[in-house]
Amino acid sequence: MAYSDKVRGSYQEILTGMKNAGLLKVERYIHSAQAADIEVEFPTGAPLKKVINICANNYLGLSSHPEVVKAAHAGLDSHGYGMSSVRFICGTQDIHRQLEQMVTKFLGTEDTILFPSCMDANAGVFEAVLTKDDVMISDRLVHASIVDGIRLCSAMHDTFKHSDMAHLEEKLQLHNDKRLKMVITDGVFSMDGDTAKLDQMADLCEKYDAMLFCDDSHASGFIGKTGRGTHEKCGVMGRMDIITTTFGKGLGGASGGCVSGRKELVEMCRQKARPYLFSNTIAPPVVAGVIKVLEILSATTERRDKLEKNTEFWRKGLTDIGLIIKEGDTPIVPVMLFNAKLSQDVSRDLYEEGIYAIGFFFPVVPQSQARIRTQISAGHEIHHLEKALDAFKKVGKKYNILGKSKQEIIEMYGM
Amino acid sequence: MEDMKEIIKAYVINEYVEDDSEITYDTPLISGGIVDSFSMVSLKRFLENKYKISIPDDKATPEAFDSVNKICSLVNEYLK
Repeated sequence: MAYSDKVRGSYQEILTGMKNAGLLKVERYIHSAQAADIEVEFPTGAPLKKVINICANNYLGLSSHPEVVKAAHAGLDSHGYGMSSVRFICGTQDIHRQLEQMVTKFLGTEDTILFPSCMDANAGVFEAVLTKDDVMISDRLVHASIVDGIRLCSAMHDTFKHSDMAHLEEKLQLHNDKRLKMVITDGVFSMDGDTAKLDQMADLCEKYDAMLFCDDSHASGFIGKTGRGTHEKCGVMGRMDIITTTFGKGLGGASGGCVSGRKELVEMCRQKARPYLFSNTIAPPVVAGVIKVLEILSATTERRDKLEKNTEFWRKGLTDIGLIIKEGDTPIVPVMLFNAKLSQDVSRDLYEEGIYAIGFFFPVVPQSQARIRTQISAGHEIHHLEKALDAFKKVGKKYNILGKSKQEIIEMYGM
Repeated sequence: MEDMKEIIKAYVINEYVEDDSEITYDTPLISGGIVDSFSMVSLKRFLENKYKISIPDDKATPEAFDSVNKICSLVNEYLK
């Protein structure tokens, strides 16, 4: 046996160190379907507790929507459970291509290719379309999956300061001699909830002949007047070269992702992207569910309109009770607490009040930027949000942070 | 030489220092966590463009880029 006590001990030491530093992630078991109201077992073995969930990516409340569940059942019956093959051998069904075509139409692009996840899409896309003669210029706050994809690509990599267009232009000038240039950003940034300036970025990309890439995972289905995403909000539909997105958040919440954009780039992914070539694609019941999601969202903007109203109510409510939030208009609403321990204490007390929201602190967010990240859903009713606001008010009062400035909170609790 | 040090120091501060931290010509940049090894590529490219030189990849090591003084020495090698 190669797994000796010495080897085991070395891993135990690492894990103990993480636990002692408060960095060990502990999962909470949800015994119900994903929704605004869920039943949670936490800590493990504790009786089930009914709580309101305000930390899911279930932006459109479609994770357990009856029509989506029904469509997934029908897909299971008609197309089976799995494909036991990668796409290019014998793993492509009619519904896979149907979904690709529906996504293309929904996002207003030229073509789309499915991936097992958006993590996989981001891991595979850069290597498939760029070479060592090219350069990738990314926003410094892009998602971890993009960072990993960039690392797997032989092209040169540079960054620009978060949403700083002057800095981006400097970098485009610096690398203007490269064969191909690609500017890379998230549409909505997951930790702060702010939106990329895609209109200005598209102008700069045209000026310097660079391609524009956007991961719209926290936007697809609800950002923009008809929910097409950040490119719709910024008025640049048709000017995006690559959009990656997930079906694991607003678009049904199950799994899967895609690369959508210029047809040649999509074809390059079909020929070369390793997570596409060497992994099964999305399972048939999930494909059928996502098709239904896109049918629902193409027929009416009712759910994204409700989400917009809920978000306005929530942002105003938190501000009115005197909490500091990150400004913006997306359903990602970080409540700033600055101190790591305070974020954990507030999260624990909110849970006691029946509100499920998680504290984030360094290294997930920068030092002294600890927060509770709240995420609003079209599945929330106003009574859910009112109850959550009451809980924030009660807990905020306990810690004497209501109406206090950042400086005052830091003076009380430290950085 | 002093000009070059100031230019490189200003570039490093503008590019990589997010807060009000002071850096000197000897502040460890890479071993001190100010510049990650990922970002060395763009620093190298800035130097090459600015001073019209070509630094071989095997000379652009984390050690050679670890302070403003060391970077200046490296640049001077290729200016000749």
